[in-house]
Amino acid sequence: MSVRRLSREQPASFAFSEATQADIQFWLGKFPTNRRQSAVIPILWRVQKQEGWVSEPALRATAELLGMAYIRVLEVATFYTMFNLEPVGRTLIQVCGTTPCALRGAGEVMDVCRSKIGPKNQLSPDGLFTWQEVECLGACVNAPMAQINDYYFEDLTAASMAQIIDDFAAGRDPQPGPYIDRANSAPVGGPITLTEPSLFDGSRARKVELPNRVQPEPAA
Amino acid sequence: MPKAKVNGVEVEFEAGMSVLQVAELAGEEIPRFCYHERLSIPGNCRMCLVEVKPGPPKPQASCALPASDNQEITTNSPMVKKAREGVMEFLLINHPLDCPICDQGGECDLQDQATGYGRDDSRYALNKRAVEEKQMGPTVKTIMTRCIHCTRCVRFMAEIAGQQEVGLLNRGEDAEISTYLETAVSSELSGNINDLCPVGALTHRPWAYNYRPWELKKVEGVDVHDALGSNVVFQVRGAEVMRVLPRINDAVNEEWLSDKSRYAIDGLMRRRLDRPYVRRGGKLQEASWAEAFEAVAAKLGDSSPDRVGVIAGDLQDAESMKAALDLFGGAGVPNLDCRQDGAQIGGGPREAHLFNTTVLGLEEADAILLVGTNPRLESPVLNTRIRKAWFLNNARVGLIGEAADLTYPVEHLGETHRAFEEAAGWGHPFAEALRGARRPAIIVGGGALARPDGGALVRAAAQAAQAFDVVREGWNGWNVLHTAASRVGGLDMGFLPRGGGMGAKAMMGAAGQGGLDVLFLMGADELDTRAIGPDTFVIYMGTHGDAGASRADVILPGAAYTEKPGTWVNTEGRVQFASRAVFPKGEAREDWAILRALSERLGATLPYDSIGALREKLISDHPAFGQVDYVPTGRPLDLSLVGLDGTPSDEPLRSPVTNFYMTNPIARASLTMADCSAVRVQAPVPMAAE
Repeated sequence: MSVRRLSREQPASFAFSEATQADIQFWLGKFPTNRRQSAVIPILWRVQKQEGWVSEPALRATAELLGMAYIRVLEVATFYTMFNLEPVGRTLIQVCGTTPCALRGAGEVMDVCRSKIGPKNQLSPDGLFTWQEVECLGACVNAPMAQINDYYFEDLTAASMAQIIDDFAAGRDPQPGPYIDRANSAPVGGPITLTEPSLFDGSRARKVELPNRVQPEPAA
Repeated sequence: MPKAKVNGVEVEFEAGMSVLQVAELAGEEIPRFCYHERLSIPGNCRMCLVEVKPGPPKPQASCALPASDNQEITTNSPMVKKAREGVMEFLLINHPLDCPICDQGGECDLQDQATGYGRDDSRYALNKRAVEEKQMGPTVKTIMTRCIHCTRCVRFMAEIAGQQEVGLLNRGEDAEISTYLETAVSSELSGNINDLCPVGALTHRPWAYNYRPWELKKVEGVDVHDALGSNVVFQVRGAEVMRVLPRINDAVNEEWLSDKSRYAIDGLMRRRLDRPYVRRGGKLQEASWAEAFEAVAAKLGDSSPDRVGVIAGDLQDAESMKAALDLFGGAGVPNLDCRQDGAQIGGGPREAHLFNTTVLGLEEADAILLVGTNPRLESPVLNTRIRKAWFLNNARVGLIGEAADLTYPVEHLGETHRAFEEAAGWGHPFAEALRGARRPAIIVGGGALARPDGGALVRAAAQAAQAFDVVREGWNGWNVLHTAASRVGGLDMGFLPRGGGMGAKAMMGAAGQGGLDVLFLMGADELDTRAIGPDTFVIYMGTHGDAGASRADVILPGAAYTEKPGTWVNTEGRVQFASRAVFPKGEAREDWAILRALSERLGATLPYDSIGALREKLISDHPAFGQVDYVPTGRPLDLSLVGLDGTPSDEPLRSPVTNFYMTNPIARASLTMADCSAVRVQAPVPMAAE
């Protein structure tokens, strides 16, 4: 992490889109009117969803919406690294670089990003991509992985990462999830335990006497 | 009361106190950076660690830990010593070793506590962090590498000053204090964050690199830039007041000071009148005291007393006003006035022109009605008390007059006195609040007083006060907020027109039409002196080449408030003495001594040869001056005696202060005030008077 500053180049203005407005109303509805600044993080998220990043006019618009001082919103936006203070590409690739992913080859995944997109934290020349190295995203079992926009792309290799980048560049919509032969976080190549079919067909079921079953009253 | 043991010594404490406060009760010093008794408790510096039993077997931050009965607090154990050394070592990791060039050096909490509680060396060998400077305006100099992130400045601005402009950006090692986009801090109280900063990150920009704290002589004084009478300490080197810092007085200014009170002192070294002048052939020429007195005496001798006028200015001490009152009043001059703005108050019962809740008592008010005042501009430190009443006491504040941002929620009831009339029926929710209040208060300001129909407006306000039962048994909520430090002293001694004499406005009118032969201005500069006709002989006794001096025929150079021992009575009627910090400039003399010398020249020698004798006369003639630094609360007042008969006009009420930084000759001579005015008010800087 390094010092986060607002971008040098800022748009002249910002307006909440209609979809964002609707989401904002949902979030504002969760808090009493005099505590509506509690919604600042969700609303900055919606702003980032709309624009891809959080600009200075957007900060001011958020502050005015919530009746907060500008500096208070700026504090939040600079504190949380998930808020992009610089414009990012349409495809934002966040490669996990923490120990499990690093041990499983995140370095090679990042090399691919570096060669295909450019230096990290910078908009690619075509304006389509930005890639970042981030801390643990909590999917270590599928290491190495990357979050691309809203989805996790898991069990990556240099080749699959290159393919994914190419797909995004071509305007296709690659499938999120594991990129090796497994379902979600299940073992590679199919299950290796609990494979006995009788576990699942009901044939092992036995009638059991529940120890706490209420005995019927003996007939009088 | 619950009891706790501090290092084995048992102390009683009030329930709700923190461990840090209990340890202090027992006389133990607890080092701290972020904790400040007038701000909220963040507990982020970790310097106040102590050992507490029962409790977890680790050091506890004492500032944020409530003390409980039978607690054993240890502040001198090896664990505590090690913990403090550890915290201090971490704080010093990123703190630069630039004490020799740091303005905080010598009065730095970090220096002192590193010496008292730190290790004797550092184990850190890597690069230190560097932080870019931040622009914060003309009063705050920033060297942010020194910042230890105590956030005292952030909390002061948000909680006391009420302007959320400073914040802590980023986090962890990269955390830095800044304003939004590095705009200048706009608060009139910004200087206090420099005082609060425990290190040299925020220092006083106007005084940067000018002094070391240990080489300054400290003299206790009273501030005269507004009517609050903030307690200050003048810090002097040689003939110059190098800085002014607040002195703690919980009943007046707590420990805050406005930027004008603090930084206008560079005006004391500029545009000064340091020798007498006499106008010869239309030009002011340097003269000796004898020549000046000769000119004054000749003119006064030729004039009949009822064609002489005396106006006392806003910064005058009570002694000089008393001397002038005795000299001119004794000679039969009826035209005396200490209200150069034309405020129509005084002459009635003393409580009618005082701030009767007292400044401290205002904190208890639960409904406050402001009439024709903008306390943020007229007395920013007093404004923090109103804010405190709102913040701690949930007080509702209503305003009749110009709508303004006062840093707390204000219900704007109207612009004119009509708001009072609507009060008769008062379906307004604020009226209901005022009626139901346990401690209601009305604050009448210069916007209502200083106008031709001021007396009638005051009567209207007093009637409203009566209707709302603002003065009741044990509580007097009738408050007048004056704009001048000299005003209450002048009113208390009766420095007012006598026997059909003219007031300040009438005198100025008469002087414009040749109705006055001699006009004696005692530091009165807030007048349109260009309107004075050529037939009126103007004597100006004062300190600065401002409006009064530019029109004067004789200038008698006087002493500024730092240059004379003096008595000032603040807006609540608190009599306060100030000492002389430096000597008057050049040939200038203390004002009372000038009048004493003049009286001898006029053949009506005043009966006092020393300031002590003058004060004795002052107190024996006006007993109100005898109660030093004492203000009772809940004094009775017959509100029907307040104000004058008349019909108030529909003119909207406007605060008399439009530019906070330019309200008196000292401030107008100050470069810092000019900077503040340019940055914060965006008002054009006035040119020198002549």
